[in-house]
Amino acid sequence: MNLRRVKAIAKKEIIQIWRDPRSLMVVLLMPLMQMALLGYGVNLDIEHVPICIFDREGSQQSESLMKAFQASVYFNIVETERDYDSLKRAIDGGRCKMAIVIPPDFSEYLATRNSARVQAILDATDDNTANIARGYAESVVETFSNNIEAKRLQSLGQQPPNTPAVAQYRVWFNEDLESRDFIIPGVVAIVLALVGAQLTSLTISREWERGTMEVLASTPVTSAELMIGKILPYFFVGMLDAAFCLAIAVFWFEAPFRGSAFTLLATTALFLIVVLGVGYFISASIRSQVGASQIALLVTMLPTTLLSGFAFPIDQMPPPVQAVTYLVHSRYYMTILKAIFLKGSGLGDLLAPIGALVVFALVVGVLATRAFRKGLG
Amino acid sequence: MSFEARRGEILGFLGPNGAGKSTTIRILCGLLRPSGGRAEIAGIDVARYPEKVRANIGYMSQKFSLYSDLSVGENLRFFGGVYGVRGDRLAKRLAFAVNMAGLKDREDTLVADLSGGWKQRLALGCAVLHEPAILFLDEPTSGVDPASRRRFWDLIYSLAGDGVCVVITTHYMDEAEYCNRIALINAGKLAALGSPSELKRSAIHGEILLIEGDDPGGMLEALEGSPGVHDVAPFGSSLHIVVDDATRDQPAIEALLKQHELGWSRIEPIKPTLEDVFVQLVGGDRARAPGS
Repeated sequence: MNLRRVKAIAKKEIIQIWRDPRSLMVVLLMPLMQMALLGYGVNLDIEHVPICIFDREGSQQSESLMKAFQASVYFNIVETERDYDSLKRAIDGGRCKMAIVIPPDFSEYLATRNSARVQAILDATDDNTANIARGYAESVVETFSNNIEAKRLQSLGQQPPNTPAVAQYRVWFNEDLESRDFIIPGVVAIVLALVGAQLTSLTISREWERGTMEVLASTPVTSAELMIGKILPYFFVGMLDAAFCLAIAVFWFEAPFRGSAFTLLATTALFLIVVLGVGYFISASIRSQVGASQIALLVTMLPTTLLSGFAFPIDQMPPPVQAVTYLVHSRYYMTILKAIFLKGSGLGDLLAPIGALVVFALVVGVLATRAFRKGLG
Repeated sequence: MSFEARRGEILGFLGPNGAGKSTTIRILCGLLRPSGGRAEIAGIDVARYPEKVRANIGYMSQKFSLYSDLSVGENLRFFGGVYGVRGDRLAKRLAFAVNMAGLKDREDTLVADLSGGWKQRLALGCAVLHEPAILFLDEPTSGVDPASRRRFWDLIYSLAGDGVCVVITTHYMDEAEYCNRIALINAGKLAALGSPSELKRSAIHGEILLIEGDDPGGMLEALEGSPGVHDVAPFGSSLHIVVDDATRDQPAIEALLKQHELGWSRIEPIKPTLEDVFVQLVGGDRARAPGS
């Protein structure tokens, strides 16, 4: 390993990054755009579900049930219907996800039999939203009927019924159960995985395309020197991007940050090395810039969004898919980031995922040097 | 193929497209792994110690291969760093290369803004920055105007004069004449090796008659395979005919042309050119002159 040669390559690469406005744009704007898109776009909380109400009675009782729905943050009453036809159109047209139908004998049944039925019609094209909306609707109706029961007993001069056992919840780490607090650190991981691989994916294929690789290969530069010299400038660019994204996560999206900045930077640097190595490996294997960039996007995008535990919990996946997730580098960084942000974990708590990333870095490094050698033969 | 090249020598690789000229050079530079055999550069085995060899060679590929988005000086300093040239020596070599390329006071110009001849001389400057013992030039003059080509050859001569061994592939016959020795390569084999005059002497068995006329195609047809004619090859609008003795055989050929009612404007014995050698040794597809 000759450090002067590494330095010469790194210097050349820095000049080239600086002179290529296209790659500068990728470097600076892509992370910003992705942070905004994913940070605002991905929201797993279901609130303000648009619903319509078809009140067939128009009594005081039905009015107060309507008000109960109106008061809930989970629902937004966007329409009141006069018949089943318009209700059907509201759901078919996608204006409402759920329709509540209050029967004409609602208050009568409540008064005489102490039991009445309310119909909920759900648009279950998105089964997850439908399920959650149904759950919320049930709880709104349950609270409503508990209130009626309590009033009835009170008017009879009796005590409200006792509930023998009540569970008391204490939520740790994400006290408000805000999915955003959990999503935002994950968004940082995704953005870094994507941008990092893009950064280095062009560096070797560009030399092949422009014909400079032949001459470079005829010099005494070794493949390890070339790799380090080329990755080094992008490492600093990547760290800049990382700091950028983390700052947006903490200060703009106000994700709770409980860990230490040192742990965060150290693990981020490690992850960046892995990601840049992946991009370099792709670049060394594929000789066209467009091809390398596309492949880099494909290989990082899908596994990082689907298999890293970003939005879909890994322990809910079928075992074969779970096994595959061990091969996804961002899975480990995702774990690390969420732990540092939400739990305030230190390096000592994170030895397993850190170890996995170190192994990744070594494997990618060896693969990348070998891919380049093969490319020459 | 087996050959040696000496210090201060200009060895030319001549051969049709796809003959293996570039492949040979790439093996010698350690860019390709040989499927068999052995190549040594300055006594070092290329396949075994490619990195050591690379410190002793300079290479210019067919394609223009400097960084267009870097300036003249940045390119030179980059190759200086990669070859481990530094300090006073770097300053001296930079000045030498800039002078050689004729780019004095233009060190800050982006290479993309240079014209072909300058780019090519700068590439040569980068390739010799570390004073290599051997310089490999793979068709360095393709796509460059004749005046720049001439200037480029002056540089090659002066490098050879300094003791550099230059191995060069070319398409151009006139360039081949400039070489000390020529290795004629055909179908991956060394067809002939020697100085241009040696090749002309040994490859042409007999003498050459040049005929110029209105219908070279008809003449070619008439003469091919007739007694006393060893070979006929078209050269532009004229024909080169290989015979045993030009003065003796000329009347017989004139008679033959008259018999076929073919007129000629000129017929005379000439000295063989490298192109004659090429046609003789490479043979086969005569219509395809080298490089076309």
